[in-house]
Amino acid sequence: MSEKNNIVEIKDLKVDFQIRQGFVKEVIKREKKIVKAVDRVNLSIGKGEIVSLVGESGSGKTTTGRAILQLAPKTSGEILFDGKPIEAKSGAYMKAFRARAQMIFQDPYQSLNPRFTVTDIVAEPLLFDGTTYSEEEREARVIEALEFAGLKPGKDFLNRYPHELSGGQRQRVSIATCFVMSPDFIVADEPVSMLDASVRADILKLFVEMKTQKNTSLMFITHDLSLAWLISDRIAIMYLGKIVEIGSADLIAGKCMHPYSQALTSVVTVVGDRNKRKRIVLEGETPSPIDIPSGCRFHTRCPLVQERCRVESPELREISEGHFVACHFPERIE
Amino acid sequence: MERDNILEVKDLKTYFKIREGIVKAVDGVSFELKHGESLGFVGESGCGKTTTALSIIKLLSENGYIESGKILFGGEDLAPLSENEMLSKRWNDISMIFQGSMNALNPVMKVGDQIIEAIRLHEPVDAKEARERVERLFKLVNIDTGLVDSYPHEFSGGMRQRAIIAMALACNPSLIIGDEPTTALDVMVQAQIIDLINDLRQKLNMSMIIITHDLSIISEVCDRVAVMYAGKIVEIGTVEEVIFNYKHPYTEKLIKAFPNIFGEREMVASIPGVPPNLLDPPKGCLFAARCHKKIGDICDRIQPELKEIGAEGHMVACHLWEAN
Repeated sequence: MSEKNNIVEIKDLKVDFQIRQGFVKEVIKREKKIVKAVDRVNLSIGKGEIVSLVGESGSGKTTTGRAILQLAPKTSGEILFDGKPIEAKSGAYMKAFRARAQMIFQDPYQSLNPRFTVTDIVAEPLLFDGTTYSEEEREARVIEALEFAGLKPGKDFLNRYPHELSGGQRQRVSIATCFVMSPDFIVADEPVSMLDASVRADILKLFVEMKTQKNTSLMFITHDLSLAWLISDRIAIMYLGKIVEIGSADLIAGKCMHPYSQALTSVVTVVGDRNKRKRIVLEGETPSPIDIPSGCRFHTRCPLVQERCRVESPELREISEGHFVACHFPERIE
Repeated sequence: MERDNILEVKDLKTYFKIREGIVKAVDGVSFELKHGESLGFVGESGCGKTTTALSIIKLLSENGYIESGKILFGGEDLAPLSENEMLSKRWNDISMIFQGSMNALNPVMKVGDQIIEAIRLHEPVDAKEARERVERLFKLVNIDTGLVDSYPHEFSGGMRQRAIIAMALACNPSLIIGDEPTTALDVMVQAQIIDLINDLRQKLNMSMIIITHDLSIISEVCDRVAVMYAGKIVEIGTVEEVIFNYKHPYTEKLIKAFPNIFGEREMVASIPGVPPNLLDPPKGCLFAARCHKKIGDICDRIQPELKEIGAEGHMVACHLWEAN
């Protein structure tokens, strides 16, 4: 049974995508090419917890987030929300679910309707939450949300259009739209990757504030390990559709055990670090998720590869409390 | 011009004419680049770093023009040269890796042919010789030479970026400008490209200008760094000096906006406010409105000049240091 304190639990989640190859191959030859975007992932997110999914392109981090929000169809597995399975077929359930679980997208230039004013955008979710609001109530809610998101004074922004706002301000509008519903759970997919370093911090702080003020849980999807480390309670490292390591943020940053996580942390670029670290630069690039290598899927690039890795796929096992690694021979590379 | 400098830019002003008036995108930028040196330009979007680079190779958009200033490259001023005269400079002497150019390769032309085309356009070599050179270049940037006849879609992102670097090196330029050469690459591929750039710098004694918004890249590939703000250089010096002994409040804020995963976990700080409108810049220091170390009235009235302070070549434009 699920734990009471988890807002989201996913068990053995698989998401496959079929690649279209043209009529002849598909119908006559019956060849199918499948991309295993997410391959048997288990993960839970506690109430009021921030969990980051970190990985390179094609690691399945975005698909995992979208599958939880029912924006990508799962192939198999179970997704529990607040302890109960998500009833994707029930309209009433989904309506309530959408109010409680929200998504923030990467590109603030494309995710806001250019013909809507800020009020229209932020107040839109209020039209569907089953309550009727008076004009004043609506405006008050919108202003409250805008000011929370750092657009002060909120009144000044009500009648602006997205094109009048900077990238950072747009992302704040997205966050206000999310905040206005007081969701229990947010999936934020690379919310700051298109923003200048000078405004990133403020946006990230908003997520931490939502967590402390409203106990909102967050799944932070990013390729940037240092940002994940900055705000997360736990970090999961993904490679080719699987979680290869998961543990507390500090543990992943400093004492991770999976060779891939170690390589990833070793090449993080920082400002002003005098210590010459040993960088582990892997050769080549992530293989295609259509042809996933046999055994451990990382074995083709692993600096510590052994015979067993080529044939047997390692399961995630707990090597110390709350620290799970999917590797046959986890050790620190010195 | 000093003998060991390959490039000297003196009081460069590049403006853009738009309907509302004139945007002073680059306003009085001066710097020097020594042979074999790598200089980084860093700053927020819209601070003029790309415009500075485009001024050097003179690829400004139609409404942009060099208002005044000198661009001395190997002793010759590029600023007054015509488009035709510049044609022989680009690629042969100065080449540029544009932001996102790995996605601008011609999809219906073999990668090798695209590089051969560039070589033969600039040098009188025959097809065979050009092809041999492409193979040598592929080896240099670690791409399998068997892939010369492949199309861009058969290349991964990292390989396309390597091909773009090979193309930039094709005519043996003495200066390479890289505009965000590692942005939009995966973390591990970024690490590989950083290694490649450093490796090439050593092998070829390349002079480089690297433009990036990411200060952490600068420490990996540059010797010196220039911090730009609102069209001006506010601080310049060796990477070591600027990062560990920063003087300008903007540099300080910028450095503190980046987390250090190998240090203490503390929340990074944003820089409040936005850069000034370059159509009508304020009279005094351009950073004054956002500055946390403003010393008073003088900051709003007088624009501070870039002046050398202490350590060799470390210059800063701030009243705070002028007084001392």
